[in-house]
Amino acid sequence: MSTIAPGRLVDQFERGLDAPICLTWELTYACNLACVHCLSSSGRRDPDELSTAEAMAVVDELQRMQVFYVNIGGGEPTIRPDFWDLLDYSVDHSVGVKFSTNGHKITPARAERLAATDYLDVQISLDGATAEVNDAVRGPGTYATALRAMENLADAGMRDFKMSVVCTRHNIGQLDGFKAIADRYGAQLRLTRLRPSGRGADTWDELHPLPAQQRQLYDWLVANGDQVLTGDSFFHLSAYGEALPGLNLCGAGRVVCLIDPVGDVYACPFAIHDRFKAGNVRSPGGFASVWRESELFLELREPQSGGACTHCSAYDTCRGGCMAAKFFTGLPLDAPDPECVKGHGETALAALALEPSAAKPRPSVDHSKPVSVPVTLGPRPGRPDKACEEDPLHGLVVSS
Amino acid sequence: MLDEAWRLDDAVSLRPEPFGALAYHFGTRKLSFLKVPPLVDVVTGLAAAPTVTDALVGAGIDEAQWPSYVKALRTLADSGMIVPRTPIETPA
Repeated sequence: MSTIAPGRLVDQFERGLDAPICLTWELTYACNLACVHCLSSSGRRDPDELSTAEAMAVVDELQRMQVFYVNIGGGEPTIRPDFWDLLDYSVDHSVGVKFSTNGHKITPARAERLAATDYLDVQISLDGATAEVNDAVRGPGTYATALRAMENLADAGMRDFKMSVVCTRHNIGQLDGFKAIADRYGAQLRLTRLRPSGRGADTWDELHPLPAQQRQLYDWLVANGDQVLTGDSFFHLSAYGEALPGLNLCGAGRVVCLIDPVGDVYACPFAIHDRFKAGNVRSPGGFASVWRESELFLELREPQSGGACTHCSAYDTCRGGCMAAKFFTGLPLDAPDPECVKGHGETALAALALEPSAAKPRPSVDHSKPVSVPVTLGPRPGRPDKACEEDPLHGLVVSS
Repeated sequence: MLDEAWRLDDAVSLRPEPFGALAYHFGTRKLSFLKVPPLVDVVTGLAAAPTVTDALVGAGIDEAQWPSYVKALRTLADSGMIVPRTPIETPA
């Protein structure tokens, strides 16, 4: 006979759901910024990005699957000329939207319109409670831009919009400062984990929180947990003791996935790599068949081996940590999380460093803008034109 | 609660899942889980049933289990997923 509590929900989620609960949809790889830790290596638009009609067809499908809301990001999604139309189309089709932005386009007039739209939420990215810390990661002027956007949203009467922070070595000491900024604008603070994904692979060593800072973060989350969102991203810290609020499991391919700008479906937003690509929304059967039938997702819904972690007393709470964090630091998927609070990750990474053949996987997709070089006066020899160059300054030669 | 009339809030959608259903409130953006299929039957039966008791009977729930179902309904009520409605029949 069935009872009202048939075991833990987390066990049900591990076997996967008929449709994702938390779907991230990155609409474009284009971005006006070049954040050093960008999880999707964004910068330039991909010429193969979904058209307006294709994107609307995805919304139709999400509505049929009863995906109640999507987290839209990029790149900077507001750069797409059809962004606001896609937003309206989505909320009109019972697919609520939270979109993530650096705030560049959140003018007072736009903020008014957003505040007047139901089923819509906005998330402003800020990675430092001071301009100095934020702008070092996100670029000059981005702190002021984000605060101006939040002021515009607050003035327009938008409440409980999100202010999202990627936690780094340089901002862990600013958690109270972040909370104060969010409170000032009536926003809700969201803290997320830095992953070694995208350009984050190149900056992870310098940016990821040190062991003592992880403890500081955990204690802060325990003290403030009910007022702060985390997107369930710190479940590896639950190994310190008390589990943090949330599901405390890796939802990749089970309750979470990513649709990227060209329609590729990945197991999670932090796993943009061929190893974690399940299919494409343009294929016959569309997104639903990728979600329900792809070999990769079916594999991820099988019971996972905890490897060496199985013998650890904390395995039941941390469940081995983040798949993407392991993968992009070169660790096997059943190895400890690189930031394992018991120190097992550091040991595994140290052992890996001794293997001369070990090479960390590189992102399969990179839309970073070309690295800027000092301006050379006169024609630059040896740099042939590229047909697909999208840099607006391409071809411009500064002459003396 | 057993004698009261309830219904699913207009802003709530249910999505069937192997374990029961997800309930999503578009107004509050809250997500709830109906952890067993019979609870889904009870919740979807509320609107047409004069009272919660009628909904439980209609879904074939054993009387011994009513307290746990009422507890689950209270949780759904606390998060605004279900709301009281004016009873069709006035209690005598």
